[in-house]
Amino acid sequence: MNKQEYELVVVGGGPAGLAAAQEAYDQGVRDILILERDFELGGILQQCIHNGFGLHYFGEELTGPEYAQQFMENVRERGVDIKLDTMVLEVTPEKDVYAINSDDGMLYIDAEAVILAMGCRERTREAIDIPGTRPAGVYSAGTAQRYVNMEQWIPGEKVVILGSGDIGLIMARRMHLEGAEVEAVLEIMPFSGGLVRNIVQCLDDFDIPLRMQQTVTEIHGKDRLEAVTVAEVDENMQPIPGTEYKIECDTLLLSVGLIPENELSKDAGVKMHDVTGGPIVNEGRETNIEGIFACGNVLHVHDLVDWVTEESLVAGKTAANYLQGGIDKREQEIEVNPGENVGYIVPQKITNDVEDRKLVDLYMRCKKPMEHVTINLYSGDKKLLDKNERRVEPGEMITFPVPEQMISDDMDSLKVDIVKEGE
Amino acid sequence: MKDKTDILIIGGGVTGCFAARELSRYDLDITLVEKEPSLCTGTTKANTALIHAGFNADPDKLKGRLNMRGNQLYHERIQHELDVPIEWLGALVVAKEEEKLPKLEELLEKGQENGVPDLEIVKGDDIYDLEPHLADDAIAALHAPTAGIVNPFELTVALANNAAMNGADVYLEAGVEDIEDKGETKLVKTAKGDIEADIVINAAGLYADKIANMVGIDKFEITPRRGEYYLYDKQADIDVQTTVFPVPTKITKGIVVTPTDEGNVLIGPNAEVIESVENKSTTREGLDEVLNGAQKTIPELSKRNVIREFAGLRPAITETGDFLIEASDEVPGFINVAGIQSPGLASAPAIAEKVVGIVEEEIGGLKEDPDFDPNYEGPPKFRHMSHEEQAKLVEEDENYGQIICRCESVTKGEILEAIREPVGARTVNDIKRRVRPGSGRCQGGFCEPKVVNILSEELGIPENEVVLESEESKLLRERTKEPLLNEEEVSDNE
Ligand SMILES: Cc1cc2nc3c(=O)[nH]c(=O)nc-3n(C[C@H](O)[C@H](O)[C@H](O)COP(=O)(O)OP(=O)(O)OC[C@H]3O[C@@H](n4cnc5c(N)ncnc54)[C@H](O)[C@@H]3O)c2cc1C
Ligand SMILES: Cc1cc2nc3c(=O)[nH]c(=O)nc-3n(C[C@H](O)[C@H](O)[C@H](O)COP(=O)(O)OP(=O)(O)OC[C@H]3O[C@@H](n4cnc5c(N)ncnc54)[C@H](O)[C@@H]3O)c2cc1C
Repeated sequence: MNKQEYELVVVGGGPAGLAAAQEAYDQGVRDILILERDFELGGILQQCIHNGFGLHYFGEELTGPEYAQQFMENVRERGVDIKLDTMVLEVTPEKDVYAINSDDGMLYIDAEAVILAMGCRERTREAIDIPGTRPAGVYSAGTAQRYVNMEQWIPGEKVVILGSGDIGLIMARRMHLEGAEVEAVLEIMPFSGGLVRNIVQCLDDFDIPLRMQQTVTEIHGKDRLEAVTVAEVDENMQPIPGTEYKIECDTLLLSVGLIPENELSKDAGVKMHDVTGGPIVNEGRETNIEGIFACGNVLHVHDLVDWVTEESLVAGKTAANYLQGGIDKREQEIEVNPGENVGYIVPQKITNDVEDRKLVDLYMRCKKPMEHVTINLYSGDKKLLDKNERRVEPGEMITFPVPEQMISDDMDSLKVDIVKEGE
Repeated sequence: MKDKTDILIIGGGVTGCFAARELSRYDLDITLVEKEPSLCTGTTKANTALIHAGFNADPDKLKGRLNMRGNQLYHERIQHELDVPIEWLGALVVAKEEEKLPKLEELLEKGQENGVPDLEIVKGDDIYDLEPHLADDAIAALHAPTAGIVNPFELTVALANNAAMNGADVYLEAGVEDIEDKGETKLVKTAKGDIEADIVINAAGLYADKIANMVGIDKFEITPRRGEYYLYDKQADIDVQTTVFPVPTKITKGIVVTPTDEGNVLIGPNAEVIESVENKSTTREGLDEVLNGAQKTIPELSKRNVIREFAGLRPAITETGDFLIEASDEVPGFINVAGIQSPGLASAPAIAEKVVGIVEEEIGGLKEDPDFDPNYEGPPKFRHMSHEEQAKLVEEDENYGQIICRCESVTKGEILEAIREPVGARTVNDIKRRVRPGSGRCQGGFCEPKVVNILSEELGIPENEVVLESEESKLLRERTKEPLLNEEEVSDNE
């Protein structure tokens, strides 16, 4: 076995891993290795050839590969070690990393700190339990995106898309531009999980119908997909008998949610959060295992890569602090809890005492869309801070910066709720 | 395709492949034809995969006798000869009500009459020692330690490859379209050409009646009876140690909860008579019935962590409810192996033994082939190795350093091996059944494009000719318009 030692190993070379590695370097860590299983860096961005990345972070609209390129250059310039086509097989609680590729064979890396940045995977037909036959022509939207944008193959001609998340919306436009007929985008909820601008730019501009509160209840076709049965659903998302109709199609793309990919994390003994599906972390993005950090989609699913970058810079910085002699802890740990209409908040706790910090960013998602809201931050019954938003949507992550000086030593928990303005 | 053979076997399921392998022990020319592009696409691909102990089978029926003998042969020979996962987890039949106890006693007696070893009825805490997460109202259970589970795909592939290693020829996409009875021989017309055979063995599963009709035999009819399943993620943390049955009723054997050889949990099947032998569709009602049934013995089951649902069809001869294994007295040289419903998999080695006996009688004696090698080894299993073993494997062949399927840790080396075996894999699903890419929680979302790529390269066909399962199940249509242009430019070009 090929044994090596590194101060910091970053698992995954997507935007999260790249930004974390870059920041750790800039904070003085020199001995860094990025392990990436794909043949290139950049992660899922490499297949997102559409525009719309970087508005917050770079102040301009880039394509996915362009956005990734910036960070790829940064880590290369800094001389960070990179191994491509390398799959990490195991991370132990002692931070031993096992990885494999064709050139080095089995790598056994003794690391002092590990940053988990493996991204996420897509939910499947089975995860949403659609009965019927099992023909060719049923793909997750991201797989179809890979076929079209990376492999340059069109998977089908007559398409139905289930789920109006961003990947679904973008693939609707992509398939349309490739000459396929997109019959409809179906959404089980009364609202879309995608960005508003994507609904406009991907569907409305091409007259692709978006049908709310409908879902696929059966798949037909022996060899290749022939049709899907669609039904309207009630408020509990149950199909309403009698509303079924059939759409003929040879392709069904599923954009029904992403799941953080945490098999490695679990094996390393990292504790998971039920709602996010990712590790439970403090504000430095450190998990329950000292020296193991997580950021990006492996931690919670992000809609904008800009926030992935911000979050990963935090993780990279904390990892550097950890390597350079440790992190000072607060006397008392502060839990961060979701209140009314808040699905989750990352980080789940604030535990570190960081000298020159000005803000702690809270990332959260609301449970249902609401207009004209106030987002309130409480410590116990005491309101610390609020901000107004014109509209919140589950599809768009809310960031809520909390000034450091508001966080005091006697606190043991914070809570955020989202209520109608004036309530 | 060659034009003459001693023995032609129709059907590449477990029955046909087992017969081919057992007959390849002898100095005979054996040919197997299968209509699909891969083995194991019929009933053998969708079942509960149990090597039943034999307590539930009627001793008066052929299937009762062959089940017991089949189980014995798996223990004594098959598990040692073929590199196929078989585990003897044992089975429990769980009674929750007093009035079910006589039925347990009855099963015990029937089992003992069949010669099933070590059967006993356990009560109280002893039940929970065997199955800790069983529903808490179990009062007694029949325990059959000789019951097992097998991987039916690997078994079938191993049998076909072992037969091929010993000289048998296997033709895929060679569906039998007609058979001409020429007296001494049969001229069998297949999609790949005509072949003349001295003896024809009909092991066509759901289509066995149609094959028999081709030579004018209409004494039996196959009625498909569908069973549906849910399969759970390995990481689901559902603790099931044995194969758990409820007490059977007159109407049904009940919903089984069992681990698979890879450590997933499988629940099912229900039983529903349907019209078409092609209808392997799952249904809302069927799946709900399966989950409700399974929760009666293992209450912690839910839809959470389900990674696959599927359905299989039992090829039943309803009049007899039994296997039909015989040389036809109407058409000499034509052997039916039909109605192979459950426990067809458990009985498969014994069915093959019986078929060899019939062939011997038809031919008037068989001569053993001194070169016959009963051993077969499949592709290595990276996922089951220690890191040290994995390191050694990749040192020998760099293709084992490329992980293609992340959920199941399947390497490119294993996939290449599956394609390059004597009876090699040709379809995405065939590769999935043999070496597991796509069998995990993401169901191929990650690895399918890579598998398509490898198949295209190895078979020398474009990617849009690669199929999922059947000939018509192509995955991709055509090339994109302008490779790697961004969308703005594409729309400008329109
Ligand atoms: C289809 C799609 C469309 C999007 N559209 C937009 C948009 O318009 N605008 C926007 O701002 N954001 C968009 N996003 C969101 C944004 O791109 C993602 O949130 C971001 O890419 C996540 O970064 P990541 O590094 O966490 O994950 P990823 O980009 O998924 O990177 C994870 C990396 O880890 C590697 N990896 C995983 N496991 C292992 C292992 N065991 N060993 C080695 N390597 C491993 C993977 O190969 C991958 O390269 C989109 C996302 C998707 C999926
Ligand atoms: C729901 C269910 C659960 C079961 N559970 C168990 C169990 O736990 N234990 C057990 O022992 N048994 C079980 N069984 C039974 C077992 O699966 C079958 O007995 C066994 O798989 C039958 O194998 P076979 O080879 O006879 O049929 P098949 O696997 O169907 O093979 C027949 C083959 O013939 C091919 N064919 C058809 N027509 C032609 C043609 N014209 N030309 C060429 N080829 C053709 C087909 O494509 C197919 O590959 C179960 C069955 C079902 C449906």
